[in-house]
Amino acid sequence: MTALALDESPPLHAPLRFFATAPVWGAGAGLLMTLRAELVTASRWSPETFALVHVLALGFMLQVMAGALLQLLPVAVGSAVPRVRLLALVSHAGLNAGTLLLVAAFLGAGPTWFAAAGAVLLATLAAYLGAVGLSLARARAIGPTLPALRIAAVALGATVALGFTLALGLGQIWSVPIVELVHLHAAWGLLGFALCLVAGVAYVVVPMFQLTPAYPVPVARALPLALLAGLGLWSAGVPLGFRPVAAVGAAVLATATVAFAAQTLLLQASSKRRGRDTTAWCWRLGLCCLLLAVASASWLYLGCPPALRAPLEYLTGVFSLAGAFPALISGMLYKIVPFLVWLHLSRRGPGAPLMHQVIGEPGPRAEVVTHAAAVVLLAAGVASPLLAASGGALFAASKVVLGLNLAVAMSVYRDARAGMREVRPDPPGSP
Amino acid sequence: MSASLSEVLTEHHKACDEAWALAEERAGEGRWDEAGVQLKAFTAAMARHLSTEETVLFPAFEAATGIRGGPTLVMRFEHDQLRQLFGELAAALAAKDGAGFAGAGETMLVLMQQHNTKEEHMLYPACERALGSDAALLERVAAGLK
Repeated sequence: MTALALDESPPLHAPLRFFATAPVWGAGAGLLMTLRAELVTASRWSPETFALVHVLALGFMLQVMAGALLQLLPVAVGSAVPRVRLLALVSHAGLNAGTLLLVAAFLGAGPTWFAAAGAVLLATLAAYLGAVGLSLARARAIGPTLPALRIAAVALGATVALGFTLALGLGQIWSVPIVELVHLHAAWGLLGFALCLVAGVAYVVVPMFQLTPAYPVPVARALPLALLAGLGLWSAGVPLGFRPVAAVGAAVLATATVAFAAQTLLLQASSKRRGRDTTAWCWRLGLCCLLLAVASASWLYLGCPPALRAPLEYLTGVFSLAGAFPALISGMLYKIVPFLVWLHLSRRGPGAPLMHQVIGEPGPRAEVVTHAAAVVLLAAGVASPLLAASGGALFAASKVVLGLNLAVAMSVYRDARAGMREVRPDPPGSP
Repeated sequence: MSASLSEVLTEHHKACDEAWALAEERAGEGRWDEAGVQLKAFTAAMARHLSTEETVLFPAFEAATGIRGGPTLVMRFEHDQLRQLFGELAAALAAKDGAGFAGAGETMLVLMQQHNTKEEHMLYPACERALGSDAALLERVAAGLK
């Protein structure tokens, strides 16, 4: 029973330091797009595109996901992350330093910076995965979330290993097949880690926030396994030139992704809650973008005319990295952060501000509307870099609004905490 | 085959969810009298659920495992937090305060759902492992929920 850690939630600053930093990177991504739209829309292989992709993937997405996992594991699988305060401090610093180094390397700082970035990110994420992996290994929860999170952790390990190998190649330390490794690195990161993590979390939070029926257990169990199997087949097929094997893998990946998005949209349509809050709209936007990303990637894979390759690659990136995951992340943050503020304050005594008093509806609504408009303009950027640049500016604006909304929440927390007397001790297990 | 302890308690969670959804919907439409009836049904069902866990299930688990300061203590603490929020909901309903009711409701819902997740995925399975198939206990739990 010692593994049943139902209330070993980390201190508020552990996840919040990640959440508060992410909008800065998100706004930076929008700004970079605005300044380099011509190069980014022209090719996925330009250094500016790689820089932008990593600002979004590491600076924004992984940032929030890494912080959220520290908070989520005790609730979702009943297993706390060991040494969580130290881990949050070190991994937050390492992730941000490593991302800065990597982006600088892509923007022309020189080959040595790739090696430095690779070393910092490898050390940071190895430590993070070691602690999170231990928590996942100890967990004994039933349900489909735990296996999904375990697969996501394995996929993050594979992504990091592939990324480090690429950093050695770009740092001119080791000769590696860059193109093949880039394909594998991106697929394991987006489908193996990010999508598996989103699925595992969705199994808990979609029924929780929207009062929907639970995901059908066979579907929920099969999805992460299908993603893992699809990635395995695709990874074996691509570098070895086994096209039929790679094609089966790609088909499995596309089917699993569509199944997840469709199942979630279906569940949300049968929500018992009539009120549609911003989080529900974030999920809809994110899942529709996910379906569009699968459509453009499938067309690309099935053999589009050569002239459409670069536009479809660009669109796949827009719908996945700028559309789907940021929308899902914002939707989650607008539930998690107000709840955590209430939770930590309510332990200090009566009078804690309720969730709607921490972040009201207008701020999140402004963000999701701006974000949706940004995605439309970014997608229209296939026709004109000027539209892509405008989309980048709107994306930056949406992340500034996200940052302001989170800043309001932190300010409410500080003010309320200062005004509350400690009237009862913290509950058992509380840090 | 009769339902297990975990199934009985999980089904009751779902029944409580449905009762809450009705109360929230009526309050959102400004139909305060009907919202009051639904809220009363919801809080009464929740009171039976929390009380059955505290007086029947948790003591049995604590006696079987010898663990008194662990997960059941945390669950009891969260039950108290839920009861406080039920009080805030009743106050908002009495004042016909739509924003206050929605805010207290959202906070209560997230607290209740994360609490239920921990019970359904971890504590109930742990209880079943510790207590085995105790038909008398199952009967007392089922009776307490009615």
